[in-house]
Amino acid sequence: MIIRLIWRNVWRNKRRTLITVMSVLFAVLIAISMKSLQAGVFGHLIKNVVSFHSGYIQIHKKNYWDEQTLDNSFVSTPALVRTIEKQPGILAAVPRIESFVLASSGEVTLGALCVGTEGEAEDVVTHLRANLISGSYLDKRTNHTLLSQGLAEKLHLHVGDTLILLGQGYQGAQAAGKFAVGGIVKFGSPALNSSLIFLPLTAAQEFLSAENILTAFALGLNESASLETIQTSLRAGLGSEFEVMSWKDMMPDIATHIKADGTFYNIMIGILYFIISFGIFGTVLMMMNERRYELGMLLAIGMKRRLIAFTLLGETVCTSILGAIAGAGVSFPIVWYLQSHPIRFGGEVARVYSDFGFEPVIPTLLDAGIFIDQALVVLLIALLLGIYPLTRAGRLSPITSMRQ
Amino acid sequence: METVIDSHNISKVYEETAIPVHAVSEIHLHLERGEFTALVGPSGSGKTTLLNLIGGLDRPTTGYVEIGGVNITKLKDNQLIDFRLNNIGFIFQSYNLIPVLTASENIEFIMLLQGRSKSERETRVHELLRQVGIEDKHDVRPAQLSGGQQQRVAVARALASKPRFMLADEPTANLDSVAAGNLLDIMAKLNREENMTFIFSTHDARVIDRARRVITLQDGRVISDERYAQK
Ligand SMILES: Nc1ncnc2c1ncn2[C@@H]1O[C@H](COP(=O)(O)OP(=O)(O)OP(=O)(O)O)[C@@H](O)[C@H]1O
Ligand SMILES: [Mg+2]
Repeated sequence: MIIRLIWRNVWRNKRRTLITVMSVLFAVLIAISMKSLQAGVFGHLIKNVVSFHSGYIQIHKKNYWDEQTLDNSFVSTPALVRTIEKQPGILAAVPRIESFVLASSGEVTLGALCVGTEGEAEDVVTHLRANLISGSYLDKRTNHTLLSQGLAEKLHLHVGDTLILLGQGYQGAQAAGKFAVGGIVKFGSPALNSSLIFLPLTAAQEFLSAENILTAFALGLNESASLETIQTSLRAGLGSEFEVMSWKDMMPDIATHIKADGTFYNIMIGILYFIISFGIFGTVLMMMNERRYELGMLLAIGMKRRLIAFTLLGETVCTSILGAIAGAGVSFPIVWYLQSHPIRFGGEVARVYSDFGFEPVIPTLLDAGIFIDQALVVLLIALLLGIYPLTRAGRLSPITSMRQ
Repeated sequence: METVIDSHNISKVYEETAIPVHAVSEIHLHLERGEFTALVGPSGSGKTTLLNLIGGLDRPTTGYVEIGGVNITKLKDNQLIDFRLNNIGFIFQSYNLIPVLTASENIEFIMLLQGRSKSERETRVHELLRQVGIEDKHDVRPAQLSGGQQQRVAVARALASKPRFMLADEPTANLDSVAAGNLLDIMAKLNREENMTFIFSTHDARVIDRARRVITLQDGRVISDERYAQK
């Protein structure tokens, strides 16, 4: 009966309740769609950036990131590989050896980054095969190279030509070698496109006199895996000899940008909810004044203050939840539609995006967590606003409320 | 004889204004079970104030009130609310009912507050609606009832809690004379058949006529207290 009383009181003034419900609906709709868009855009950005070259997480010998030389390298042991592979959430771990070299052909000599890698794993983590524009992909039975397109152009090299690499190998050894160009890969990022040379891992190790030596493992993660959890657990498993860096550590600018944007969103939504809260508070105030007499009467005939307060709180919470459910209900199809049909854009911006290897879309993420968060925020606001009628019910006096 | 209301020298002084108002002064009131009492007196004589004091809605400045042997002036706020619920049936001048509940739900509500079982509530609601003669309106909300019908639901509601006595502040003030007569008939019948104790304030001469005891107030004091034979 109390529930019935609450429910009927909610609909006592239909128009007012509808306006309140609509305003909550509106706030929830904006909050959810903004958040879903943002989560989608960032998810997309991270995926893109990570699949350029870094992977989500890299494991190096301690201090390698600050001083990237072959002397800061480690030996790949089966025990080490096992420690990494038994970590749940990891899609693939690609072993790499990287070193700066001089690349020359004919008259031209240029600095480049030579990356020895395991072709199949590399493809899982960074989708390298998809970047191939001519020739064939890495094959560990050969020592053919994959040349980034910008570099190949500057060196006037084509598939089938010969490339000469010079550099310093492991522990000061001389490194020099001739390699056939097996394929050309194109990268969106100009920096990567003009500097990368890929070799099958063993061919690179041989060239650098670094048998069984690696500079990094680059990890690809499952969609749902938690970056922080895996990072922490790997750190613990590998000990202090290694450094375990996430893409956030390796590319702090992007991490900062995402964080700043998230804060901006929270401020915007905070302001929105603040305004809506005032609206709801206004209706609560009006409702309390209109029902002064009735509440006094209820107290007079013997309804406990606590029960009166519960009823009033129930009404506020009920109205807000209706709004939240309606808001989520309206948002769901919109977000769902946008996820399967991301907003595409054209023009100059789209061209720049494509050049960087990005799809020119504004993706949207459908995530139950976002809906639940917003519902909880609204519930919290309703409870906070409900404190006012609660205190009023506590101070209610039957004779003063009932005096006409 | 069973004493229902006993007020011991109660006074109420309002000090909110510059000059203190002595709304009720040194009243000894003694009501036995089965009495049918009217409280009369000019406007501002203290009728409402006195009823609020004996109904436990307000506390006297001095003196104390006993209901059925319990000193209600000493009760804490929450105990007093509970006491009202289980001992006093209130009928106010108007707007007695919860507008979003139907007539029968309004009656049931008070029994729900008392924690009575669903089956008991349902049988009693029927019986009460019949007693006040509005069985056919059981499913109607207060706004669709006439003033007289609303007051009858209020009587049924007050009766539902099985109170020690019924307290009514000008129950007929907003009713036409026919409706007022009907309401008084119902109250008199409950008094006669169930020995229910009533105390009500009124300005209406025809209502005063129906009372068997008439207490007259003036300036917060009892100036006369007379008993009449059953009419
Ligand atoms: N809360 C209050 N503060 C100050 N004075 C009050 C208050 N309530 C009542 N009074 C005063 O107490 C006196 C008695 O008022 P009360 O309402 O009891 O009279 P009444 O007999 O019920 O009058 P009426 O017939 O008009 O209903 C009046 O002078 C009134 O102005
Ligand atoms: Mg009065």
